[in-house]
Amino acid sequence: MSAANSAHSVVEPSLSSKRIAGTIVVLYALITLIPLVWIFLTSIKSPPDSISYPPKIVFTPSLEGYCNLFTTRTRQTPDYIASLPAPVGACDEVTRKRNMVIAGPSNFLPRFVNSLVIAFGSTFLAVFLGTLAAYGFSRFKVPLADDLLFFILSTRMMPPIAVAIPIYLMYRELGLSDTALGMILLYTAVNVSLAVWLLKGFIDEIPREYEEAAMIDGYTRLQAFRKVVLPQATTGIAATAIFCLIFAWNEYAFAALLTSGEAQTAPPFIPTIIGEGGQDWPAVAAGTTIFLIPILVFTILLRKQLLRGITFGAVRK
Amino acid sequence: MSHSSIVEKAADATARATPVSVARRVRGLSDRAIAWLFIAPAITLLLAINIFPLLWAVYLSFTNYRANRPNAPVQGVGLGNYQRVLNDPDIWLAMQTTAHFVFWTIVLQTVIGFTLAYLIDRKFRGHAFWTTIILIPMMLSPAVVGNFWRFLYEPQIGLFAYAVSLISGIPTSEIQMLGNVTLAPWAIIIVDTWMWTPYVMLICLAGLRSIPDYIYEAAEVDRASPWRQFWSITVPMALPFIMLAVLFRGIENFKMFDMVTLLTGGGPGSVTEVASITLKRAAFESWATGRASAFAIILFVAVFGLANIYVKALNKVKQR
Repeated sequence: MSAANSAHSVVEPSLSSKRIAGTIVVLYALITLIPLVWIFLTSIKSPPDSISYPPKIVFTPSLEGYCNLFTTRTRQTPDYIASLPAPVGACDEVTRKRNMVIAGPSNFLPRFVNSLVIAFGSTFLAVFLGTLAAYGFSRFKVPLADDLLFFILSTRMMPPIAVAIPIYLMYRELGLSDTALGMILLYTAVNVSLAVWLLKGFIDEIPREYEEAAMIDGYTRLQAFRKVVLPQATTGIAATAIFCLIFAWNEYAFAALLTSGEAQTAPPFIPTIIGEGGQDWPAVAAGTTIFLIPILVFTILLRKQLLRGITFGAVRK
Repeated sequence: MSHSSIVEKAADATARATPVSVARRVRGLSDRAIAWLFIAPAITLLLAINIFPLLWAVYLSFTNYRANRPNAPVQGVGLGNYQRVLNDPDIWLAMQTTAHFVFWTIVLQTVIGFTLAYLIDRKFRGHAFWTTIILIPMMLSPAVVGNFWRFLYEPQIGLFAYAVSLISGIPTSEIQMLGNVTLAPWAIIIVDTWMWTPYVMLICLAGLRSIPDYIYEAAEVDRASPWRQFWSITVPMALPFIMLAVLFRGIENFKMFDMVTLLTGGGPGSVTEVASITLKRAAFESWATGRASAFAIILFVAVFGLANIYVKALNKVKQR
C-alpha cells in the first residue's frame, strides 16, 4: 500500500484519503452553518411559524420580523382599525392583520447607528495610533522595547469586567458615561494593542532599504514614512482596521455595563427586543441577520489575513 | 525665490555628501524624537484608559468604597477585602465553574480543531472554500449569536432539542438544555465549542503547513509507518502552534462573560456562574466596589501569572 502511495509522491495524500477527509470537513461545515441558516430563516418567518412544533422548514416567508424590528406597535380594537384609511406599505398591512397599528420607530436604527459611529471612530483612532507606534517599534531602537510591547499586549489580558469597574467610576467623574466618545476611547484603547502588534509585523516585512534610499534622495524621515512606508503597508493597515472594526462591532461586556440609552450599541440592544408575551424571535433574528451581514462580508475579504489577526501577528503564513 | 532654491540645493548637496545618520539629524527631527513622538500617543492612551483605572482599582480594593454611595466617607480596610474574597465559598465555586468551562472547551476545541486541520491539510478539492465557511462562526459577536442560541435551545420549539430528540428518541420536553442543572454547563460548552473550534483549527492548520515536506520524505525513506510519522513528526512539530491556540483560548475563556450572560445569566441557581459573572454581580448589583476590585485584581494576577508560566513553557517547546 505504502509502495503504491510513494510511487508518485510521499507528501501528496492518496485520492481515497482526500475523499474521506473532504466528506468529513464538508459535513462539519454544513452542520456548523445550521444555526446561522436558522437565524436567517427565523427572520423571515411570521411569529406563529417561528414558534411552531415541530420547527418549520417549509413556510410562507413574511416580512413581519423586519417590520417589528424597526417599529413599535400598539394593540387596537378591530373597529378602530377598520375606521383607519387604507394601509400604507407592507408593514402597515402585516401589523393591522394582528389587530395592531404602528406607533412609531423602534430604537433599533439609532442603536445600529451608534454601533457604526463607535466602531468606525475607534477603528480609525486605533489604526492611526497603532501605525505610528508600530513604525516606531519596528524602525528605531526604543529602550525597553520588548517590555513596552509586552505591556501593550498585557492590557488585553484583563477581564473586561475588571476594567469596567474603575472605568465606570472614571467616566462618571468625567461625564463620559453613556456617551459615544467614551465608548470610542475605550475601544480604541483595547484595539490599539492589537493594532500595534499586527502592524509591527507588517511594517517589519517592508525592507528598510526603501526608506533609506528615499532619504538619500532627500526625503526626511517623516516624508519617507508617509510616501514610502505607508503605501507599502496598505494591505496590513486595511487588514488591521477590519480586525479592530470587528472587535468594536461585536463587543458586548463594556457596552452593556457602560451604556444604557443614548450611546447603547446594537449587541446589548438586540437581546432586549420583546414582543407581546415574550421574546419576539423573528424580530430578534431580523436584527441579528442585519447585524451579522457586514461581518460575513469582512470575513470573506479577510480570509487570507485571519490567522495573523487572531494570533496578534504571532503566526504568519 | 531663486535665493531660497539655491540654499535648498546647497543643503541637499551637503546632505548627500554627509553620512546618512548625520543627514537624518540635520534634516528635521532626530530619529529618537520621531520614535518617541510616534510611540507616545498609543502609550499615553493605554496609560489613561487601562493602567490608571487599574491602579485606581488597586487603591479601591483596600477601601470600603461603594459606587452607589459616592458621597459616603471612604475608609481603608487594609487587606480585609482580599481576605473576604479568598474566604468566600461562592467565589471558589465560581472559580471551579470557570475551571470546568475552560478545561472542557479547550479539550473539545483542541481535539476537534486539530482533527479538522489535519483533514483540511489532505488538500482535497475545494478545501480553501470550505475552510472559509468553517471560519465564519468565530468572527461573529458571541453576545448576539449566543442570544440566538437561547432560541435554538428552547425545549419545545427549539431546533437543537428537536434534532436531539429526533436522534435519541428522548421527548423534547425533557431536553431542557438551559434549565437543567447538569445540562446547562454543557449548553454553554457546546456554543463556545461551535464558535471557537475554527480558531484552534486555523492555528493548527498553520502548524501543519509549517512542517517541511522533506521531513516526511526522509521518514518515508526510513520506512516509518504513517502512524509513526504522525506521532513523531506531525504532532511534535505542530505542538507549539497547538499550545499557542490553547493559550489564547484559555485566556479568553477565563474572562468569559458575554455568552454566559446571555445564555443562562449564571443560572439555573449558580451552576454556570463563571468568575466574570460573580464579579459583575459584586460590582454592579451589590455595589460592593471595594470587594469587587479586590476580586478583579486577584483574577488579573491569576491570568497574568498563568499566561507568563505558559509562555515560558511554550518557548521551551519552541526551542526543542
